[in-house]
Amino acid sequence: MKMKNGLFAALAWVTLAALNVPAAAVAQDAGDDIFAQYREMFGDDNPAELIELQGEDLWSQTRGPKKASLEQCDLGLGPGKLDGAYARLPRYFADTKRVMDLETRLIHCMVTLQGFAEKDLVAKPFSGRGDQPSDLEALSAFIAGRSRGTPIEVSQAHAQERAAYERGKAFFFYRAGPHDFSCATCHSQSGKRIRLQALPNLTEAADARKAYATWPGYRISEGTVRTMEWRMGDCARQQRLPELQFGSDIAIGLITYLGVMANGEPMNAPGLKR
Amino acid sequence: MHRTVTWSLLGAALCCTSMLVVAAEKPDPLGDVAASFKARGQAGMDRLERNPMQQACSQPTSAEPPVDEANEIRSGAQKRVRPPSNGQYLGDWKAGETIAQTGKGMQYSDDPAEPNGDNCYACHQMASSEIAYGTLGPSLAQYGKLRGNSNAILEYTWSRLWDSHIYNVCSHMPRFGDAGILTEQQLKDVMAYLFDPASPVNQ
Repeated sequence: MKMKNGLFAALAWVTLAALNVPAAAVAQDAGDDIFAQYREMFGDDNPAELIELQGEDLWSQTRGPKKASLEQCDLGLGPGKLDGAYARLPRYFADTKRVMDLETRLIHCMVTLQGFAEKDLVAKPFSGRGDQPSDLEALSAFIAGRSRGTPIEVSQAHAQERAAYERGKAFFFYRAGPHDFSCATCHSQSGKRIRLQALPNLTEAADARKAYATWPGYRISEGTVRTMEWRMGDCARQQRLPELQFGSDIAIGLITYLGVMANGEPMNAPGLKR
Repeated sequence: MHRTVTWSLLGAALCCTSMLVVAAEKPDPLGDVAASFKARGQAGMDRLERNPMQQACSQPTSAEPPVDEANEIRSGAQKRVRPPSNGQYLGDWKAGETIAQTGKGMQYSDDPAEPNGDNCYACHQMASSEIAYGTLGPSLAQYGKLRGNSNAILEYTWSRLWDSHIYNVCSHMPRFGDAGILTEQQLKDVMAYLFDPASPVNQ
């Protein structure tokens, strides 16, 4: 935490210096404003765009033992149909008979179309801090970008989709571990913050919509695009729980719950985050 | 004919009994939670098992457990408080400040050989000089200055840090003593950070 605090402080002060904000004003109003202003400085620029382009290349490249591209991958709207697909995920897929989120589905396509081994793909799905983005991160950024402006529409038509929502909701409030934390510990009250970081109240539509619509996002403190599966896993780590498994029922349940809470909000990912 | 009627009546009774059982025990929406996790580092699978307080406080926002259950949680927590072995509540406020600023400890990404922090600042305002404080918990600015250092307030604060569920049955605050997050000495140091007149909290 020491180093993290150091980074945090350095970031805050670099930002303050750049904005020429008097320290007294910050002390009085030390909310998310600093980050909001920092984000504003980027204007319409988001470093995630470079990673989206990498993802676009990966999508059409011939790769893997089967020497195939991902262009025939069906993300729910039909093979190769990308526009608006991410806004409708997670969803039930008849071919695998389960609810899948974007990342699980991408892995499925890399296995079935390109012949990669699933265990290799999920062994280290996310990049380390400061590394080049992982294939999954780049692809997620690209696919998410193709839903920009599309209202989120996470379906609850299939029984498995409803079960995923109920599982995610129940786990959201599941207190466990030495610190007794649940997701709700930090994300069930409005207008609160942890240190200087504003905490979205994910049990209310207003905050849940904004939060969900901006994942995946370029995380300034991580120096790369982070995905929704990463976000769920990192929350579980901070809750002091064992490692939440990529594509697990709880991970997909949580993403389904949050997605349904965000329904109606135009997708605006990849976002730009602290 | 007679026999058939009897059997079908019995069948109907059996069917309805099993339906009643199903209706009474609503299926657990969580399913097999452990199947979604893997032990890593110091975070073992036992951390997914919930004690009665954790179970009772896993309801959607603001839903509190029934009074009897709540009383049981509170009194159990009260009974488990261990006062400092030498009767001294206050340690070193400087060491306490480090603990209050440190968020590390007990995550699988943390080194178990390092001391745990308690990250008071994640949720509480404390020293006026520290602007990076959270607001999930109440402000603790001027904590000792406003409350004095009577035995009663020292005992109360110690037990609050030990297990906050004595006072708020579904408190969000970790049980720093009860769950073994901080050592006795660390608890004393945090106490000193709150009470010592020289501590930045009281400036």
